[in-house]
Amino acid sequence: MSDLLTLRHLGKSWFGVPAVSDLSLGVRQGSLLGLIGQNGAGKSTLMNMIGGIVAPSAGDMLWRDKPYRPQSAADASAAGIAFIHQELNLFTNLSVAENMYIDGFPRRMGLIDWRAINERARSILDRLSLDVDPATEVGHLSPGERQLVEIAKALHNEASLLIFDEPTTSLTPRETERLFETIATLRAEGRTIIYISHILGDVKRLADDIAVLRDGQLVDQGPEADFPIPRMIRSMIGRDLGGLFPQRTGQPGDTAVLKARGLTHPGVLKDVSITVRDGEIVGLFGLMGSGRSELARILFGLDPCDQGTVLLNDAELAAGARARIAAGMAFVTENRREEGLMMDATIADNLALVAISEFGRPPLFLIDRDRLLERTEAARQDMSIKAGDISRQPVKALSGGNQQKVVIGKWQLEHPRLFILDEPTRGVDVGAKYEIYTLVDRLAAGGGGILMISSELEELMGVADRIVVMNRGEIMGEFPRGDFDQERILAMSFREQAA
Amino acid sequence: MNTMPARDPAAEVAVSRPSDEPPRPNPRKLVGRLADLVLSDYFVLYMSLAYVAVLAPFLPTLLLPANIVNVMSNMWPLLAVAVGQTFVLAIAGIDLSQGSVVAMTSVIGAALIATVANPVVLSNAPIWGVLIAEDGGLLNGMTGSLLAAILVMIMVAMLIGLLNGAAVAMLNMPAFMVTLVSMITFSALAIYLTQSENIARLPAEYVRLGKGDIVSVYFGAKEESQIARRTIYSFISYPMVIAVSLAIAMHLLLNRTVFGRYVLAIGINRKAAEISGVPVRRIIVTVYMLSAACAAIGALLYSARLEAGRPTLGEGTFLLDVIGAVVIGGTSLFGGKAKILWTFFGVLFFVLLSNTLNLMNLSSFQVDMVKGAVILGAALLDVFRTRLMRERSG
Repeated sequence: MSDLLTLRHLGKSWFGVPAVSDLSLGVRQGSLLGLIGQNGAGKSTLMNMIGGIVAPSAGDMLWRDKPYRPQSAADASAAGIAFIHQELNLFTNLSVAENMYIDGFPRRMGLIDWRAINERARSILDRLSLDVDPATEVGHLSPGERQLVEIAKALHNEASLLIFDEPTTSLTPRETERLFETIATLRAEGRTIIYISHILGDVKRLADDIAVLRDGQLVDQGPEADFPIPRMIRSMIGRDLGGLFPQRTGQPGDTAVLKARGLTHPGVLKDVSITVRDGEIVGLFGLMGSGRSELARILFGLDPCDQGTVLLNDAELAAGARARIAAGMAFVTENRREEGLMMDATIADNLALVAISEFGRPPLFLIDRDRLLERTEAARQDMSIKAGDISRQPVKALSGGNQQKVVIGKWQLEHPRLFILDEPTRGVDVGAKYEIYTLVDRLAAGGGGILMISSELEELMGVADRIVVMNRGEIMGEFPRGDFDQERILAMSFREQAA
Repeated sequence: MNTMPARDPAAEVAVSRPSDEPPRPNPRKLVGRLADLVLSDYFVLYMSLAYVAVLAPFLPTLLLPANIVNVMSNMWPLLAVAVGQTFVLAIAGIDLSQGSVVAMTSVIGAALIATVANPVVLSNAPIWGVLIAEDGGLLNGMTGSLLAAILVMIMVAMLIGLLNGAAVAMLNMPAFMVTLVSMITFSALAIYLTQSENIARLPAEYVRLGKGDIVSVYFGAKEESQIARRTIYSFISYPMVIAVSLAIAMHLLLNRTVFGRYVLAIGINRKAAEISGVPVRRIIVTVYMLSAACAAIGALLYSARLEAGRPTLGEGTFLLDVIGAVVIGGTSLFGGKAKILWTFFGVLFFVLLSNTLNLMNLSSFQVDMVKGAVILGAALLDVFRTRLMRERSG
């Protein structure tokens, strides 16, 4: 079969820094190409060039063996290339049909031909087995359904190449399954697909061919069959990781740091009891909606709880986040940008935020700036945050992994007894994940208790001493490290399917 | 289209070696310098100086000592009020009620310490017989009456600030709405309290705080035995000392204390601040109280200069002056980016602007139109600066 899209020596530099250089790649007609690479490897720049958003500074592209030089997104869409983005580009206040036809409403006598739109929309939705009325407002749909609407939009344009960019990040496992079925249908229709994802297992499962980008270059490619996951990782980071997870350096102790008993709040938690000992990493696993993040917020005093007690070092805690922090709790939320960091502020300001009140000296309570700078710089080194001048550089200029280290670092200044980490490796690339695991291990080895929430079971199995499973606001059971069994843990987290 | 492939290699070569160009005066360096200037803390000061330099040849009166004294004396009350507004903008709030606080406190302060009052004018007012009577205000003649009156003014202001802050922080109401309601209510209340009359005949020591000199300068022949009052120019005046001390104290509070860090943190990301243990609600309430207290100091300076408490003080375009001056200084309306020094320069520029427009004999309508345009320019400048900053860090 011939190539649908061919890239020849494609390159793009920003201010002399190459984002993509000398990249040659063919996408076979009717195949599924899995494209992987760390953050900053050049995937987005490459996709923007194919999509007509960025003009290449070198090389050329062939589309169906003819020169292809898109000047805008509309050119790409006219050629038959559609993007399904990570952040969905849908208008939540418009209907499904309106979203599908927003780029050109069919008209009859100058008026929008609603009947034609609804009929055509319905037939496309049927093909995707999405059972919603085309007149439904997109805002009422679940993330998974929205994704399908985005695909439907691509189908009405009769796109022959569909590019999925991290399509599963906001989907539940069930919705992901459904997406994969849809992808299979699309392939059966002979459409070509480029699938970009951080979830290597998915890529392996879906792809015919795999291509790996690193530092703007194509470093490895080949058929899926020759591409075990270790090879993907090695190619992505350019070295061996020596396993995905670091060796644990400490042993859990016997004293309980956190003791929560009988936490109950209608509709959120039902009789939840959980213990974290010193030096112990407790993994909390559950699907979306299992109440894991809600439990974290209640433990930290951010949300109310009707019944139950929370003890830290055997002392009962007052309500409210401030009291919990004073008692020695730290909370790294799942949402780094919105709840973890002041993105526009400097790294030093972010690191100092939690502990700042210690630096005010009487009589005027002016901040001791020298001591503050010393402590924040020490924290930067301790966390090995890769940054220049921390008192000038804004935190938003850091990579995801380094941003996450700043969030952990700002708590570390207070030497907390209990760390609650909610999805600490979300949106962080493979190399930085390893560093964060090492950091978590070190926090535990230092005698702190750690409650780590994650939706990646492999990750918890790699770092936790014990995994507690939640479902619908209840604790279903727990597994000590020796008993980790992926299938049993998953089955427990699904409960209703298992029963 | 068919000729394109042939041209491609050439284009590739041209693009791949941008650094091989022959040495020319580097435009990037110049742009970098300009960017440094725009991002500098002193940018608005430079802008003010440039503005004066451009206009001075056309407006000969601009640099006369009398006019400089005039500009300065216009600066101090506005600075006091603007400093408070800066804190509110720093938490991404807005305080529209400052004008009404100025009106309320000027009336109450004046009523408390007026030396005599005219029953013909004031006997219909609700405060007649309560705060003020024929023999002057309630505190008139008492020892420490001046200090007591100022304290009462600040307390009244802080009470209004407390109402604003509590509604914003505890009830999560939008600041715009809350302070708009305060503005309407308290300006009306101030007018009602005096039935729209001014309260004059304030004691000399009160008036001195608004226009008294500490150090003054005389330009002229030494031999004159009798120097006319208008040829002596105040150099350091009471309002200057009051406003500048307030600004310095507030500068330290914002930049050097834990409280100030909390204020900026809330402005940048309230959720992150909350989770990091910042007492968000308490800080918000305090900020609105501070803003109102600063407005009370401004009221003191305004009413002392006028030698009267006036219920319509702080009406009209007063709020435009305050918020305009702060925004021109560079404080962001989106919160988290604020400096008292910026506000100082913003106030300087704004007062200069009004002064020069007056010297040009423009009508007050024309002056306001120009002011509006300048505020728009400042907002655009803020957008431009943010973009510059992003390019630098990115």
